Amino acid sequence: MLYREAGDFKTSYASDNQTFPIRFDRAAYWVALGFAFLVMPFILGDYWANAVVVPFLIYVIAALGLNILIGYCGQLSLGTAAFMAVGAYATFKLTTSFPGLNIYIVFLLSGVVTAGVGVLFGLPSLKIKGFYLAVATLAAQFFLIWLFTRVSWFYNYSPTGQISMPERTMFGITVTGAAASSTAVYMTCLIFAVAMAWMARNLTRGTVGRKWMSIRDMDIAAEIIGVNPLIAKLSAFAVSSFFVGVAGALMFGVYLGAAEAGEAFGINKSFLVLFMVIIGGLGSILGSFLGAAFLVILPVLLKLVLVDGLGWPTDLARHLEVMIIGALIVVVLIAEPHGMAALWRTIKEKLRLWPFPH
Amino acid sequence: MSDTVLFALEAALNGLTVGIMYSLVALGFVLIFKASGIFNFAQGVMALFAALTLVGFQQGQVPFAPLFNALLGTSIHEFGWTLPSLLAIVLTVAVMVALAWLIERLVLKHLVNQEPIILFMATIGLSYFLEGLGDIMWGAEVKRLDVGIPQGMSAWVDEVTYNLLGYGFYLDTLNLWALVIAGVLVTALVLFSQYTKQGRALRAVADDHQAALSVGISLRFIWVLTWSIAGIVALVAGVMWGSKSGVQFSLSLIALKALPVLILGGFTSIPGAIVGGLLIGVGEKLFDFFMQPIIGGATENWFAYMLALLFLLFRPQGLFGEKIIERV
Amino acid sequence: MLDTQEGYVTADGRQIGGVVMELKNITLRFGGVEAIKNISFDIRTGEIRAIIGPNGAGKSSMLNVISGFYNPQEGDVIYKGYKRPRMRPYQVARMGIARTFQNIALFEGMTVLDNIMTGRMNIMKSGFLAQAMWWGKAAREEDEHREKVEKVIDFLEIQHIRKTPVARLPYGLKKRVELARALAAEPQILLLDEPMAGMNVEEKEDMSRFILDVNDEFGTTIVLIEHDMGVVMDLSDRVVVMDYGKKIGDGTPDEVRNNQDVIDAYLGVAHE
Repeated sequence: MLYREAGDFKTSYASDNQTFPIRFDRAAYWVALGFAFLVMPFILGDYWANAVVVPFLIYVIAALGLNILIGYCGQLSLGTAAFMAVGAYATFKLTTSFPGLNIYIVFLLSGVVTAGVGVLFGLPSLKIKGFYLAVATLAAQFFLIWLFTRVSWFYNYSPTGQISMPERTMFGITVTGAAASSTAVYMTCLIFAVAMAWMARNLTRGTVGRKWMSIRDMDIAAEIIGVNPLIAKLSAFAVSSFFVGVAGALMFGVYLGAAEAGEAFGINKSFLVLFMVIIGGLGSILGSFLGAAFLVILPVLLKLVLVDGLGWPTDLARHLEVMIIGALIVVVLIAEPHGMAALWRTIKEKLRLWPFPH
Repeated sequence: MSDTVLFALEAALNGLTVGIMYSLVALGFVLIFKASGIFNFAQGVMALFAALTLVGFQQGQVPFAPLFNALLGTSIHEFGWTLPSLLAIVLTVAVMVALAWLIERLVLKHLVNQEPIILFMATIGLSYFLEGLGDIMWGAEVKRLDVGIPQGMSAWVDEVTYNLLGYGFYLDTLNLWALVIAGVLVTALVLFSQYTKQGRALRAVADDHQAALSVGISLRFIWVLTWSIAGIVALVAGVMWGSKSGVQFSLSLIALKALPVLILGGFTSIPGAIVGGLLIGVGEKLFDFFMQPIIGGATENWFAYMLALLFLLFRPQGLFGEKIIERV
Repeated sequence: MLDTQEGYVTADGRQIGGVVMELKNITLRFGGVEAIKNISFDIRTGEIRAIIGPNGAGKSSMLNVISGFYNPQEGDVIYKGYKRPRMRPYQVARMGIARTFQNIALFEGMTVLDNIMTGRMNIMKSGFLAQAMWWGKAAREEDEHREKVEKVIDFLEIQHIRKTPVARLPYGLKKRVELARALAAEPQILLLDEPMAGMNVEEKEDMSRFILDVNDEFGTTIVLIEHDMGVVMDLSDRVVVMDYGKKIGDGTPDEVRNNQDVIDAYLGVAHE
């Protein structure tokens, strides 16, 4: 009888519209947030931070971005990794050219740069749809990676072709480079992840979100009732790329520390984020969290159980992981096309009624 | 003829042969798309899987050896026998047909009424699954594939072109065989679809699912048939590519290249797949040849996609495809 | 035949104004086929104008011309006295023209409430950044528009389904939601493409009542395509009859039902 909404009447439109209408959910949300900000920094060990938590937070941001593009606006993109690369390289160029610039600002600016690039590669969406658009985004993926490996200006003419993040501080605490503590890295990613999730929620529940969804559901009707398809689609590309760019900036800036475009941002990463969005749930903010969590934890789990536990060779575990992910995509699309988020919603529906069957 | 022109011609000729390879993969896509409207992202991985299976049979590998060894602590890798190429090919065909049947049963049947984008994403999942499966079944090291197709520089071509143009073109015999085999395959497919009962049923399904159902054609049987044929086409593609560069993961990346081929040729056209593949193959090589001094190499990574993008903007139905009209 | 530019008052006390839109010599071709052949008629403010005719006569195409989805090869659309230039459909919508569709065009991924809110997208003004931060202005605007939408929901009696995903609704309710979405835009001209298609007698009566109420309460000009003759004759002030892309009748319901051409082409017998 915990999960109750009887007697919880909404007396204003604002409260009807809120993100967590059920009291229990709201409480749980604040508790989780408090835990993440106040407790985690003290108990988080280096291993878990590096293997799970930090990549999770970074991928949440990327998944939110891609979800906005595919899940809310219906524009398919297979170029996510290349846009992350844009964010990473933008961060590198900005911070090496303007060392005094606050690093958080640099990350945000990298997102803005990526938004611009995203709009450019999103222009074809005005004429082409569906998997035709996917091919156009593949052009972006391969071209951008080629650009970052060939044009040496992007990696400051370094002979290795790699970009390295110099040490930067925020409020006196080192947040990038080898000297940064995992707690500092964690807090940086947490702050960005929470802020951007909040922004994503705001955008998707208002007019902007509805315009995106109307284009997704029936773009011809959307235009006839007054949506400017140019602005709607390009704004989706812009916002999505902003998110993905920030994710890329963080990935390079605080997590990897050094990167080479072909390795770190190859097409496999694009598919990874796509899978997060599909498995987590298209068109759902929660889904982006669930999908990112699942696909970050799965390889770690498999490694722990199979390699450390049962002594299997690592590449066998990797192949199995690939098989599981592939099979899961198919299963999710068959059983619950709206992913784990929809599954969660169904569970909540049952919980609302529990212990009654209906 | 000036040297540049000769070199360019040679590059173009090689491009043609690479193009045929792309066409072979694109062919599989077209077949499936025509019959079911599904864009089978897994086609490239199917080629890889087919090639892996073929080598596995040829060399008498134990399937799932890595898995058994990990589970049971054993160290078996091979049965100890080897099979003649022809028998191995027949067995692989059987495996591909079984695979087609399984895919229809477990995946396609359940996704019948979904939007194309969901189906497309399902095939992406399928491609990952098959890739992992192939690696677990047969191991992920690079393998040599040899079914007896002659390789090495074609002395014949060298002589003829030397006599004609004063410069002997280097052309691999394998590529010549690829051209011949592709030609035979396409002819066989066209004959099959025009003159057999099943072929006619395939064309009916490609035209209109509902109408085909109403005259008693079993949609499921047609899909199994289509995916089987696509599997065989994938096998041919896998054999050709594998003979050339060995059987390895990069084979599945070729699938991605097939997308621009289809955009150029039109998604529903068999001749389009051939022409598109050739155009992309030649285009890539020529672009690289002329552009390398200016912007550096490896432009093959993205040239095809940029070309496809241009086509999408100005002629989305490709050279041979059907125009798409939207109504309210 | 009324040819004055002045308004008049109908028998049941509704105010009908001057001409708000004029279609002049519209010709629409698709490749070799002429869907609309040199048709002219006008629409008065506050009236209910029906377009009728056999299937394939070009009625939906006519509606598409009015809403800007099709651009006629010849002829002009004169809106509020000015010749309307070629524009994209969303620009036409922003000039105060809303419509429903023959085959329902609701956004299946959203709830009823969200669908109706999309009707107000043209009127909502808060900018991008404000929305992203959910600053006071954005939140307040959302509330204001929600209030207007709730009025429409009350008007069409669909309160009980406001949070239902539209995909789950039966056909009749979907049509009502589509009407609500069009109304939410507070349009000057409302185009209804076969609003009663597929409905039973009760549902038709409900829909007729709603259409009349809309016209009565908000003074909205209504142009509707409909096949049910009883409905057309009861609801409309004036009727345009099309056949094979040509106009074969134009006038009050009485004038049209006694027009021999119309009887031959469409009605069959002089309709009672």
